[in-house]
Amino acid sequence: MYTQAMDIPEGNKAPLQSIEQGTASADFDARCAQGDFIEAKDWMPEQYRKTLVRQISQHAHSEIVGMLPEGNWVTRAPSLKRKAILLAKIQDEGGHGLYLYAAAETLGTSRDEMIEALHSGRAKYSSIFNYPTPTWADIGVIGWLVDGAAIMNQVPLCRCSYGPYARAMIRICREESFHQRQGFDLLHAMMQGTEAQRAMVQEAVNRWWWPVLMMFGPEDKDSQHSEQSAKWGIKRLSNDELRQKFVDAIVEQARVLGVTLPDPDLKWNAEHGHHDFGAINWQEFWNVVNGHGPLNKERLAARVQAWDDGAWVREAALAHANKQATRSVAA
Amino acid sequence: MSTRNEWPLWEVFIRSRAGLDHKHCGSVHAPDGALALQAARDVYTRRQEGVSIWVVRADQIIASDPGQKAELFDPMEDKVYRHPTFYQLPDDVNHI
Amino acid sequence: MNTPAATHESTIDLKPLGPQHAAWVLRLADGSLVLSQRLSEWCGHGPVLEEDIAFTNIALDLLGQARLLYSHAGALEGQGRDEDAFAYWRDESEFRNPTLVELPNGDFGQSVLRAWAYVSWQCLVWGTLAKSRDTALAAIGAKSVKESRYHQEHLGNWVVRLGDGTEESHRRMQTALDYLWPYTSELFHLDAVETAAMDTGLAPGLDRIAEIWTANTNATLHSATLTVPAPTPFLATGRQGRHSEAMGYLLSEMQALARAHPGARW
Repeated sequence: MYTQAMDIPEGNKAPLQSIEQGTASADFDARCAQGDFIEAKDWMPEQYRKTLVRQISQHAHSEIVGMLPEGNWVTRAPSLKRKAILLAKIQDEGGHGLYLYAAAETLGTSRDEMIEALHSGRAKYSSIFNYPTPTWADIGVIGWLVDGAAIMNQVPLCRCSYGPYARAMIRICREESFHQRQGFDLLHAMMQGTEAQRAMVQEAVNRWWWPVLMMFGPEDKDSQHSEQSAKWGIKRLSNDELRQKFVDAIVEQARVLGVTLPDPDLKWNAEHGHHDFGAINWQEFWNVVNGHGPLNKERLAARVQAWDDGAWVREAALAHANKQATRSVAA
Repeated sequence: MSTRNEWPLWEVFIRSRAGLDHKHCGSVHAPDGALALQAARDVYTRRQEGVSIWVVRADQIIASDPGQKAELFDPMEDKVYRHPTFYQLPDDVNHI
Repeated sequence: MNTPAATHESTIDLKPLGPQHAAWVLRLADGSLVLSQRLSEWCGHGPVLEEDIAFTNIALDLLGQARLLYSHAGALEGQGRDEDAFAYWRDESEFRNPTLVELPNGDFGQSVLRAWAYVSWQCLVWGTLAKSRDTALAAIGAKSVKESRYHQEHLGNWVVRLGDGTEESHRRMQTALDYLWPYTSELFHLDAVETAAMDTGLAPGLDRIAEIWTANTNATLHSATLTVPAPTPFLATGRQGRHSEAMGYLLSEMQALARAHPGARW
């Protein structure tokens, strides 16, 4: 579903290089500049590898943690049709997490290591999933706005320089393109319904609008990884460019839906050909990123518990496979 | 938490419809071949993407070394006579 | 899937085969829905990502079965009830699923074992429908049997893996088996509704599936090194509308939002 936290620094610094590495590194940069794909076993700068593992695994974690706020409504969906749609959608997120872990694994980090990093709190995931889903309308808003923002981020990554990541993103974008549609459809149906349903939608939009704008990450002037990542072709549009594109697209959709976006400063700027919008509360963003959002602890605890509760299952399956292997050798 | 107990990785190849080759489409973790096949089915054919699946343990694949790209693949560059466009035939028989 | 009924009912003249016809179809529908509801609780909480996705696939298949069956029951009944009327607006005593499927999930092993027991039974029931006089139901059965066979294979493999895995997994599976097995007798209890289904040609041969099911499941349990519990006199009564204590919670969760907004469209 999503990728914002890729810009959240973890204090990596480029290591010093030898002369040979310097040459290889120049060749590598040239390949990236030409738009060549880098494949798993190709030489790559350590920093490129680390940046990718961080970015792809953060993206994968976001998919997996992102199953939780939506999963909150699976057992309570108000019609069987919506239940089926929601189940299939959450399952897609799980699939996307899986594709992404697999892409990151090609860089030499195992899935278990990445999961360990998530559970220990070292790895980040998209902060949007630390917000709660108290109403059914939240399910629609996640589809419409959160997935809508995610798609803005993800489409350019289909052309990123790392082949396994680009291929995973192509598959993900193909499957995810209609999640936003589903969300809009859900909200649209509610807006045709009762007064209480319409109020539920507006209230959800009010809660999600600003956190969704934060999903694109810090403003360009405060974003530390962007320049190098752009050079390597693992990030192709800046945070601010994507955010602006998103706002411009959503304004019209909100009008059709009949909801008000909760920003008094939001208005068309004919001179720039874009919508101006109000100031984002970056303090809130950093609070959530740093673990002080509404549900950071609960989300992580849910993941850790699922993993710990499943330990005996994973061990047993492996033990059984080993027994079978031994038996077939003996036979 | 240790990764010693991680389930092995399997590469997944899918034939999208009869008449086409199996094509690599991703990977799954599974303790055994039966579950690898089922996981591949559940993960990669949710939208009828396939009619046949192969799975193979990732550690059983022998891959060429990108560092040998020059000696492996460059020598084919000058064998133009291996390509049909190398042969100019008279117009009358050019459908050969 | 928006209008599951349309594909089946439009061309068929629906005359119920006796007064219990719709009731029998509803038992099947409720079984699929309630088990789907239980399996969907695992969504996002599975022991490994691959299995999370596998469980969701099974939940989705069961949900699809329930929707087709509810629409069919609604058409038989002829009172204009659609799938959501059955799922969201009936009270506990009107649900006629076997108690087995409503029991709490327990651990992953217990969830696997319960679902496996039920889908193994489903496979055989769909089989009886192949010769049903209700051709629309036969079509639902023909579609569903493919799904259930895969479920049976996938879940049965897990029963063997976990039964014959580690000491801990074996102990957990044996505990789950001892707990669940008495509930399975309800699946084969031939009360008036089941007997009518058999006698009217709705589900011919329903009285023969107990033997096949027992042989099939025993074979798998044997591979899993598990001990099949001795039969007990206990007979669950979910199909009579008398449910376990777990059912009230399951329904209040499932129905709460829909019931809070009567007349709303979703």
